[in-house]
Amino acid sequence: MSDSQQDLFSQSMTELAAGLDAGDFTSAELTETLLERIGAHDDKLNAFITVTADEALQSAARADEARASGRGGVLNGLPVLHKDIFCTRGVKTTCGSRMLDNFVAPYDATVVEKLAGAGAVVLGKTNMDEFAMGSSNETSYFGPVRNPWNLECSPGGSSGGSAAAVAARLAPAATGTDTGGSIRQPAALTGTVGIKPTYGRVSRYGMIAFASSLDQAGVITRTAEDAARLLGVMAGFDERDSTSIDEPVPDYIAGLDRPIKGLRVGIVRQHFDAGLDADCAVSIREAIAVLESLGATTVEVDLPNLDLSVPTYYVVAPAECSSNLSRFDGVRFGHRADEAEDLMDLYCRSRGEGFGDEVKRRIMTGTYVLSAGYYDAYYLKAQQVRHLIADDFRSAFADVDVIAGPTSPTPAFRLGDKIDDPITMYLNDIYTIGANLAGLPGMSIPCGFVNGLPVGLHLVAAHFAEETLLRCSHQFQQHTDWHKACPKDFA
Amino acid sequence: MSLSKEQVRHIAMLARLKLTEEEYAESVQKLSKIVDFVDQLSAADTRDVLPMAHPLHAVQRLRPDVVTETDERDYLQENAAAVADGLYLVPKVIE
Repeated sequence: MSDSQQDLFSQSMTELAAGLDAGDFTSAELTETLLERIGAHDDKLNAFITVTADEALQSAARADEARASGRGGVLNGLPVLHKDIFCTRGVKTTCGSRMLDNFVAPYDATVVEKLAGAGAVVLGKTNMDEFAMGSSNETSYFGPVRNPWNLECSPGGSSGGSAAAVAARLAPAATGTDTGGSIRQPAALTGTVGIKPTYGRVSRYGMIAFASSLDQAGVITRTAEDAARLLGVMAGFDERDSTSIDEPVPDYIAGLDRPIKGLRVGIVRQHFDAGLDADCAVSIREAIAVLESLGATTVEVDLPNLDLSVPTYYVVAPAECSSNLSRFDGVRFGHRADEAEDLMDLYCRSRGEGFGDEVKRRIMTGTYVLSAGYYDAYYLKAQQVRHLIADDFRSAFADVDVIAGPTSPTPAFRLGDKIDDPITMYLNDIYTIGANLAGLPGMSIPCGFVNGLPVGLHLVAAHFAEETLLRCSHQFQQHTDWHKACPKDFA
Repeated sequence: MSLSKEQVRHIAMLARLKLTEEEYAESVQKLSKIVDFVDQLSAADTRDVLPMAHPLHAVQRLRPDVVTETDERDYLQENAAAVADGLYLVPKVIE
């Protein structure tokens, strides 16, 4: 094996694509290298629920054949991982739950189909909080994922397996989903790049639903350029998703090199209130200074209802979850209780056994806020406050192009530290939830370290301004090295 | 606001969840905390504010009413615990 092959795992997707094009290595060699690495390292991380080695080697062989005959899509032969929330035909799709431990998806999600259509090679399905409900990956039926920067710490969640695997160089990219921060928070806590596009930008078809007015698919990578590459393939209208938006997809790569001189960056006063770790605040301010050094100007903006975003979310998301998860009844698919006495017993026991504590809690919260006598006080009220929050962002984006701030109030916390107190856990998402409530695109990029743990800079832009986020992040990464740091146990 | 054990039993029944006694005790405590937390919303001034139905204020599309799916009944039923003659089996519902 040549030197270039030995460090294949550390290369970005863009670098790997160049290597494949130049004939330096084949997709089969690349796939084998990464599968070996997954085999050697995943015991420590628990980032995978399923490794699809056979399927991966077959698609790599097909990609190599296509390349040899001058065919192949824009991701031909490049490895990706899928969060185990995306349906993959013929492959177990668990959503991190006992409920779906035996579920083999009978069709591909649109995201899966599009990446496969572009030639990507899927190495496996990543671990996640059960039904994407969690911010630490500890609610997974398959056990917590560990953070490659410190194995005693959480990688964040719910896309924690995707983030940990990309941070540990087990793959250059992975899909994720984000309902309240589930791509951006784990990206921040693992020193990776995570983008949640505008609501409706990427199809939700075949992505197991949690809260349908908030859920959006995106990617976790190590560079903004790779995120642009993947998002360009994943985005676009899909008639199979009733909330998919029919807007043209720009060439995200083409815009990356445009300087950010004159970009108006909004700084939210409320972001630097007491809740933010003081050392993280220093990293965030330094990152904003880097953007200024590149010609961006900063403007102070106000999000007066920021504090209400977490309580609003914890009415809206559980309400939608209680409705979406009613499909799991033990009859057509999923876990079924043994020897049910009658139909009611079958429903109640299948669901009682199949769902974990946090999922049950969210279903019950949602059932409560939607129940007779409480609907107006909670659900309707929350949807009104949601409107106020969205209006705050609309006003802010009249004056700025992006809002920059922290992704998460602290660096990675220790496994076990927050799992017993739901409110403490929920408050982790204070900076990210607003973008979901308002349907805006958001992105986290690595911008420093505190006690050896990564810190993420959070950028939010107006609807369909993913280009701005990607360009700003790419320009930042051209002038900083945070994204190149590799956890020492995985170098 | 604290939820009573009876309220939690009613919610669990509506949600079709069978809980153990231990889970009931924990749910009373944790759901009460969550309800307390979201009660902050009651202080927000939302006079004349419309409830938000969609982040981009989009409307539902219609599509032509034509068959677009192929029949994969057998394949789809491989995920079910109990089927017979193409039908899903459940405990007897009519005595």
